[in-house]
Amino acid sequence: MKRIVILGAGTGGTMMAQHLSKELDKKSWSISIVDERKDHYYQPGFLFLPFDQYKPEDIVKPITDFIPKGVDFIHTSIEKIVPEAHEVILANGNTLMFDILIIATGSEIAPEETDGMKGEEWEKSVFTFYTFEGAKALRDKLKTWEGGKMVVHITEMPIKCPVAPLEFSFLADSFFKDKGMREKVEITYVTPLSGAFTKPKCTDALNYLLAEKNIKIETDFAIESVDNENKVIQDYGGKTIPFDLLVTVPTNMGSNAIERSGLGDDLNFVPTDKATLQSKKYPDIFVIGDATNVPTSKAGSVVHFEAEILTENILSYIKGHKLEEEFDGHANCFIETGGGKALLIDFNYDHEPVTGTFPIAGIGPLRLLKESRFNHFGKLAFKWVYWNMLLKARPIPFVSARMNLAGKNYN
Amino acid sequence: MDKVINGKNISVTEEGFMTDFSQWDKSIGDAIAAENNISLTPRHWEVLNYIQTEYKNDVPLSIRKIGKSGVVDIKEFYVLFPVAPLKTATKIAGIPKPVSCI
Repeated sequence: MKRIVILGAGTGGTMMAQHLSKELDKKSWSISIVDERKDHYYQPGFLFLPFDQYKPEDIVKPITDFIPKGVDFIHTSIEKIVPEAHEVILANGNTLMFDILIIATGSEIAPEETDGMKGEEWEKSVFTFYTFEGAKALRDKLKTWEGGKMVVHITEMPIKCPVAPLEFSFLADSFFKDKGMREKVEITYVTPLSGAFTKPKCTDALNYLLAEKNIKIETDFAIESVDNENKVIQDYGGKTIPFDLLVTVPTNMGSNAIERSGLGDDLNFVPTDKATLQSKKYPDIFVIGDATNVPTSKAGSVVHFEAEILTENILSYIKGHKLEEEFDGHANCFIETGGGKALLIDFNYDHEPVTGTFPIAGIGPLRLLKESRFNHFGKLAFKWVYWNMLLKARPIPFVSARMNLAGKNYN
Repeated sequence: MDKVINGKNISVTEEGFMTDFSQWDKSIGDAIAAENNISLTPRHWEVLNYIQTEYKNDVPLSIRKIGKSGVVDIKEFYVLFPVAPLKTATKIAGIPKPVSCI
């Protein structure tokens, strides 16, 4: 009996368990999946939770609801991966041998990486919506907050879902308008990058959004510390920005287990071949989703596309065939712009998001890089798609793993 | 678009970031630095060489990464490239600025 071990039962690990349990002969392969948690979160819902648009119970289900029959779910944490011995040491004292290892351990916030971020004011006036608990705490704060300076802040790249903080700013504008208190709130978006939009076509198409929503912007801000006493954030160049309510995206890092195993880069992301998803160092180790260092967005749609290609590659690896260099960095994301509207973007390693039609070239029905109510309903419908199709590795009609160039306006 | 830098036609974005690294050489780096009021010293070049190597290896650049590189700490990085250091250093190094997905 040969053994596949999957580390992490989040979006990527769960999809791989689904795909492989359908593809592999159970008489010759066993599949185990390890996670320390019992809950599976619909992470895009963390964006809506602070504004009370989703209830906590809408976005959490038991991990085991999505683990296919015949796959062994091991509920414990990972002590260490020992690649040379082809084994994983678990916190419960057991050791798992593997013929193929799939690392799907994701990324986590690391507020302790920034001086003062997790200080006195943490969850008093300094919040993050990048965790379930954090998003709930922010919801409670917003219920009674009377206004002032709201600073929405990105610590450093890369982060999971790079547009989420911008969406948060747009939704905050709508939220305070609906509460009749927009004039009492000053919203400032603070980024380490050169702008809220950094790609040329997006900048042209979307720059109006910030002015329209009266969101101020501070660019090239590399945070050094959070001053809890004076309620300011300070950057390495000496610039300071005052806040009454700081909504920050802390540094994102890979799992500590990756660090303990010596498998990661300086942010604990695993060096991974960007086209095959094989570890750059160990041929029997594959990596998917946020845990990789591949240069595309850390996002659920990316994981969905990666899972289809990784499944093919693992089947090729088992047969001793050459791996196809198929993954193109494809991502497809709805972006909330507030007021019941959203955008849709579709891009990959080589092609920036542009206008056009999706998923059927020339027809749509969705429009790329344009605000519409229809896209917003698409985003809301996606929660159902996630629980009922994506996690069960059911294909989404007309949407292929490799990005389609047709229907997109590149010139 | 094209821009004349140090007497050569160089392909750049509207913000002045080079789009074809094969057109870059040290004299181009010096000229872009001068436009940004920086006179390059051997310390600058150590940082720029590091940035170019990381870029060639597909490693995303961040201020933190540079601070942990062992080449330069963040405070000195700001001294060398005082205004928006990551953006300025990548521009001089002839590589694209760090971007997000949109």
